[in-house]
Amino acid sequence: MFYHVDVTGADVHPDSFEELAMPLFDQLYNFAQWLTQNRDEAEDLVQETYAKALKGFSSFRLGTNFRAWMYRILRNTFLTSRTGLKATMTIPLDDEEHGQEMAVELDTPETLLFERASRDALQSAVDDLPVYSREVLLLCDVEEMSYQEISETLSIPIGTVMSRLSRARRALRDRLRPKLQEAGTAAVEKGASHGL
Amino acid sequence: MVCESWKAKLDPYLDGEVPENEMRALDAHVRSCASCSADALARVQMKRSIQAAGKRFTPSAGFRSRIQKSIATKPQRSFRLGWTLAATAAVILMVGTLTSTYLAMRSRTDLANRDHALSEIADLHVDTLASATPVDVVSTDRHTVKPWFQGKIPFAFNLPELQNSQFSLVGGRMTYLDQAPGAHLIYDVRKHHISVFIFQDKSLSPKLAESLNANSQSPKQLPFNMESWSQDGLRYFVIGDASAADIDSLAKLFKAAS
Repeated sequence: MFYHVDVTGADVHPDSFEELAMPLFDQLYNFAQWLTQNRDEAEDLVQETYAKALKGFSSFRLGTNFRAWMYRILRNTFLTSRTGLKATMTIPLDDEEHGQEMAVELDTPETLLFERASRDALQSAVDDLPVYSREVLLLCDVEEMSYQEISETLSIPIGTVMSRLSRARRALRDRLRPKLQEAGTAAVEKGASHGL
Repeated sequence: MVCESWKAKLDPYLDGEVPENEMRALDAHVRSCASCSADALARVQMKRSIQAAGKRFTPSAGFRSRIQKSIATKPQRSFRLGWTLAATAAVILMVGTLTSTYLAMRSRTDLANRDHALSEIADLHVDTLASATPVDVVSTDRHTVKPWFQGKIPFAFNLPELQNSQFSLVGGRMTYLDQAPGAHLIYDVRKHHISVFIFQDKSLSPKLAESLNANSQSPKQLPFNMESWSQDGLRYFVIGDASAADIDSLAKLFKAAS
């Protein structure tokens, strides 16, 4: 049922790539800067992604997931860049294939904690995550991709998507907790100084 | 301890990634268990916070325009003009050799092409309605259905405002005709289902487009009422067992919305 777009042949649909790719520009850029943590590198990464995607568009099957295809190119380009290699060198290949994580212990009232969490604290906590955790979290919660799309983008099984997500969320909570407890203590102290 | 197994499923549950039967069981459990309920609430809040905080970086206008230019298609006018002239000359030569028999044959082929495509549209309509999941995006809101197609089909289209009309939107799904991807929308009118198919003109084979343009009337053997037209580079088909007047009304709403 799928057909291949031959960008060199007679049945060229010249504006198809542009029509498909430009609506993704803002979100790809956002994702690129989250990965590289640097504006110039993010621009280089996005530029290279679009160049590669345009060149390889003839191999893209229309009707399959174009968004996952573009993210996969961007992510693979990042992983082979100097920054990407550096970011992934310290990541241990641990037991992520072992299926579901155990339940997360919530020993603090996180409802209140997250309400207090500033956007800056959250962004800095996400920044601190290892790149494999950061990317899966952003694809799921920011880009709102399904597990299937994430699996296609990262070229990993859905079970691994689930375990990475679970680990990423737990790591984020662990990083946020001290920051939020500090905020809570500060609030209590502030209250005490006002004679409460 | 009993909740441990439920809690392990909370993330996929909140991501909308558990099967429907499990979803119902989890719904029931979360409602009755204070601990899981608080846990789920905390996770939802965290998810929302990440979503808001995650949209953090915006590309500059200059960078956007640089990328746009780098991927813009070059018109290659001179190349195309040369081919157009050569093709025109060839066509003029060929026309001289065409016989009346050939013209009659071509006319029959056009009709056959057109009828084949319309039969396929009718098959898609019936096949979809027979399916257990006729639509992939279920919504009566055009502002939900239209964005669902973004990134799935290589074009955009407008959906009509249905307020004060007799039609209601059921949802949409992707479809294919002539190996080209397109949008399939389903509408209800007085318990009748009407399918609206939208494809890019240029993605359909030139022969098919030509035969559709040349033969606007519906084929007599088609068991449904149907209208088809081309507008702004898109080919529309409206088909269903509703009356011809209903099909025409919906077609008019689409024509006005485009």
